[in-house]
Amino acid sequence: MAAGNTFHLRILSPERVFYEGDVSMLELTTTEGEIGIYAGHIPTTFVLSPGVMRIHERPDGSFVREAALHSGFIEVLPEEVHVIAEAVEWPEEIDLNRARVAQQRAERRLKRYNSGMNVMRTELALRRALVRIEVGEKR
Amino acid sequence: MASMSDLKKRRASISSTGQITKAMKLVSTVKLQKTRVKAEHSKPYFRFLYDTVTSIIASSPDASSPYLTRGVDGKIAVVAITSNRGLAGGYNNNIVKLVTSWDVPKEDLAIYAVGTKGRDGFIHRGYNVVSDMSELINAPMFLDALYLCQQLLDAFRAGEIREIYLAYTSFKNTMVQEPILLKLLPLQFDREEIEKKPTFSPMNYEPSEEEVLAQLIPQYMAGILHGAFIEAIASENAARMQAMDNATKNAEEMMEDLELEYNRARQSSITQELTEIIAGANAIS
Repeated sequence: MAAGNTFHLRILSPERVFYEGDVSMLELTTTEGEIGIYAGHIPTTFVLSPGVMRIHERPDGSFVREAALHSGFIEVLPEEVHVIAEAVEWPEEIDLNRARVAQQRAERRLKRYNSGMNVMRTELALRRALVRIEVGEKR
Repeated sequence: MASMSDLKKRRASISSTGQITKAMKLVSTVKLQKTRVKAEHSKPYFRFLYDTVTSIIASSPDASSPYLTRGVDGKIAVVAITSNRGLAGGYNNNIVKLVTSWDVPKEDLAIYAVGTKGRDGFIHRGYNVVSDMSELINAPMFLDALYLCQQLLDAFRAGEIREIYLAYTSFKNTMVQEPILLKLLPLQFDREEIEKKPTFSPMNYEPSEEEVLAQLIPQYMAGILHGAFIEAIASENAARMQAMDNATKNAEEMMEDLELEYNRARQSSITQELTEIIAGANAIS
């Protein structure tokens, strides 16, 4: 491992290899909350929840790339970290208008439903839309 | 013998049919290539999902998940992937035949149709089509696969279905496509392969092994479905390419025969005219 403080990151989405390279830190949101991963992290598998992912390519905090990451999981191995996402997007790939429409739709639906699976799904949809908007607006 | 004008008309009609089939073949060829590129791109993702699922199951054999055991009662769900268009040789019909020739009574089956041709075939034969997602085969996205997968798993958890099968056409090469029936759920893994896996112990799971599996298995299944959609589209285009190639060849053959017949008709009409003229000239002189 180069210099001992970077690790190899591979991010896969169903359509392509989204990102591959050596990075110094990775920030993302799991079902247990937001986490940051440095080299030498204990081997763990986390379940992801929709959130902003930050890839720190340099230790001094320059070269930070952001992406919207929606569900999937992350596997931290001794030498490598793999993110296997259901969907992941760079800011320039996000359609802000569509995300705003999705947000509206999800909010309206939430008012109609009271409980059960539908609420869970709609909440997820809402969070996805919000993450997209957050990442997309920084473009 | 048919008249010259009749033959001319037939020739024109066959030639334009031949042009259409030729164009369709070219279109299918291009689509096939595009789909193959797509399939190449989605391969690493699927390989990874598979590796991870098997390594979790290998490193923690006692991890339990409702998806690993067979449901007690309910129907057998079959996701039947066909196309929305015809003129692809036996492509659509083979899937319908594959399922109807299966030795499970049709009352026990619940068909999840993807593709209108297959859906209509099943309805016609009196099968129970519970869901129709034909639209997605036009341009399959991973989210579609995930949605279908959630639908299936919901029904599985509710006890409406006890097993899930996938009927699709596997793409061997441009010449050979094989309709196959694949068991999706309960998940089955090759024991030997699992034992060979290197395990990264101690691996930790956040929040827990069960929860990781609960997220992973639907994603893994959706991965299989997505892969099957893309493969089925590749097979469809390959099948159509072949069918249209044959049609074009047949049209060319018919054109040759007609050309011969036309020339014969033309020759005999000229001969007849000549005899008539000569006979007329002889009568005058």
